[in-house]
Amino acid sequence: MKLNEKYLKYFLTAFASFIPFLLALYFIAIGKDSLLAFQKFGISFFLGSTWNPPREIFQVFPEIMGTLVSSAIALLISLPVSIGLAIFLSEFCPRRFSDFLGSIVELLAAVPSVVYGFWGLAVFVPYFLYPVENFLKENLSFIPLLSSNDGITGYNMLSSGVVLAIMIMPIMSSVCRESFLYVPSSLREAAYALGATKSEVIRKAVIGYAKQGIAASVFLGFGRALGETMAVTMIIGNALQFSYSLLMPSQTLASLIANQYAEAIGEIAISSVIAAGFTLLVISFIINFAARIILRRMRLRGSELI
Amino acid sequence: MIKRKIYDKLFLFFSVAAFLVAVVPLFSIIAYVVSNGLSVINLSFLTEDPSATGVGGGIANSIVGSFVTVAIASLVGIPIGIAAGAYISEFRSERYSRVVRFVSDVLLGVPSIVTGILVYSLVVLSLHTFSALAGGIALGLIMVPIVTITTAESMAFVPNSIREAAYALGIRRIRVVAIVISNAKGGILSGILLALARASGETAPLLMTALGSQLPFSGLLKPVNTLTLFIFNSATSGNPPLVSQAWGASLVLLLIVLGISLGVRFIAKGRYRYL
Repeated sequence: MKLNEKYLKYFLTAFASFIPFLLALYFIAIGKDSLLAFQKFGISFFLGSTWNPPREIFQVFPEIMGTLVSSAIALLISLPVSIGLAIFLSEFCPRRFSDFLGSIVELLAAVPSVVYGFWGLAVFVPYFLYPVENFLKENLSFIPLLSSNDGITGYNMLSSGVVLAIMIMPIMSSVCRESFLYVPSSLREAAYALGATKSEVIRKAVIGYAKQGIAASVFLGFGRALGETMAVTMIIGNALQFSYSLLMPSQTLASLIANQYAEAIGEIAISSVIAAGFTLLVISFIINFAARIILRRMRLRGSELI
Repeated sequence: MIKRKIYDKLFLFFSVAAFLVAVVPLFSIIAYVVSNGLSVINLSFLTEDPSATGVGGGIANSIVGSFVTVAIASLVGIPIGIAAGAYISEFRSERYSRVVRFVSDVLLGVPSIVTGILVYSLVVLSLHTFSALAGGIALGLIMVPIVTITTAESMAFVPNSIREAAYALGIRRIRVVAIVISNAKGGILSGILLALARASGETAPLLMTALGSQLPFSGLLKPVNTLTLFIFNSATSGNPPLVSQAWGASLVLLLIVLGISLGVRFIAKGRYRYL
C-alpha cells in the first residue's frame, strides 16, 4: 500500500513537472535559436531601426516601441472603462443582473482574435475610427503625435491601440471586479456611517482598498496587449520604419513575426525572427510575473479578511 | 451638499456609460458576422473543398483542419493538464505544488505567437516541414495551463470531508484522488471546454506551424488549413468573393467558440448549485 502511494505521487509529480519544464523550454529553445542574431547584431538588434532582409540587417527598435506604445494606448482607454464597468457591476447593479451582465462582457473575451481583426479591418476602422482620426488630423495636427504629412488610411498605431483596448477590457474589468469583492463590507459601512455619499464611498473606500487589484489588472491587460498578434497585424498597417505619429502605420514585435516568418530565408533571417520572439517572451514574462505576484498578495490578504 | 449629490449622479452615469461602451463592440461584432456570414453559408460551402482556381468552392478542408489540430491539441493538453492539476490540488501542502501553480499562471500569459515560435524551432525545423502535427502541438501547449488551473481549482473546491470519508474507509490514495476527480468533473469538464474554445480560436501559433493550405487535408505531416487561418488569409486578400467567404467562416467559428463558452456557463452553473 505504501508503495502504491509513492507511485501515485511520482506519477503526478512527473506530469506536473512538465509545467516548469515547459517554461524553461521557452527560454532555452527560443534563446538557443536566437543566439545567431544576437551574436551578429549585438545590442544594435534592440537599438537599431533597420529591418532589411535583402541586406541581411535585422533590428527591432521600432517594433519594441510599437509593442509598448500600442499596449499603452490600449491601457489608457481600457483602464477607466474597466474600472467604471466593474463599479457598475459590483456597486450599482443588483446582484441578480450583475452576474448575467458580467458574463455578457466575458463573452467578449471568447471572441477569437482573428474575428476582432476582421471586424476592425472591415467595419470598425473604415466606418468609425477613420472619420474620427481624420478629424483629429485636420484639427490637431500641430500635436506631433497626431501629425501626418500625407493622407491617413486609418490602419495605424492609434487604431490598433483602440481595438486592443476592446480586447483587454473583459480581463481587466473582471480582475477589478474581483478586487472590489475583496473590499470588506465593514469598510464600506464605516464610510457610510461617517456620512459619505455613494460616490465618496466608492472612490475612497472601495477603489482605495482595491488599488492592488487595479494594479494587477493593469499588468495583466498590458501583458495581453503586448502579445496580441492577429488583430494588430490586420490593423496596424505593418510599416517597418519608426514614426512619432500615432496616425502612421507601424509594427509590433508580434505583427513583425507574423509578417516576416514566411519570408525568412537563410539562417540569419530565421534566427532574427526567432530573436524577435525571444524579445517578446522576455517583455511579457516580466509583466506577467509582476501581475501574478500582485494578484497573489491580493488574494492572500483577501482570504485573511473575509 | 447639492454638489455632492450631483457628483453621485455623475458617478452612476459614468459607470453605466462604461458598461455600454464595453458591450457595444460585442453586439457590433455579432451583428456584422451574422448579417454578412449568413448569406454565404450553405451545404456546399460547408462540405466542399476550395476550388482549384482559388475562388469559390467551400471551406471543408479548413473545418477538417481545425478539427484535426484541436484533436491533437487535446491529446497533448488534457492528460497533462488534468494530472498536473490533480497534483497541485492534492499535494497542495508541498512547496513544489505552489511553484507549479505559480508557473502555470505565468504560462497563461505567454503570447500565443511565442508558443508558435517554440514549436517552429522544435518541431518544424527538425521535421523540415510545416504540418498539422506541429499546429496541434502548439495548440496543445496553449491548452496545458488552462486545463491545469481549472482542474486544480475545481478539485480544491471538493470538500475535505469527502477525502476524509474515503480515507476512513481505508481506500488507497490513488482511489481517493479518483474520487475527488469524479466529484470535480463538472469543473474539470468546463475547464477542458474553455481550453478547446481557446484552441479553436487561435490563429497566431498556427501561422508558423500549420502554415495553411489550399488543398484538402492529406495527412498529419502536411501543412493544413484551419478556419482561423482561412479567415485571416481571405480577410486580408482584398478579393471580394474571398472576403465574403471569410465572413461565412467567421460565423461558423463564432458559433463554435461562443457555443462552447455558453455551454461552459451552463455546466458550471450546474456545478455551483451543488456547492
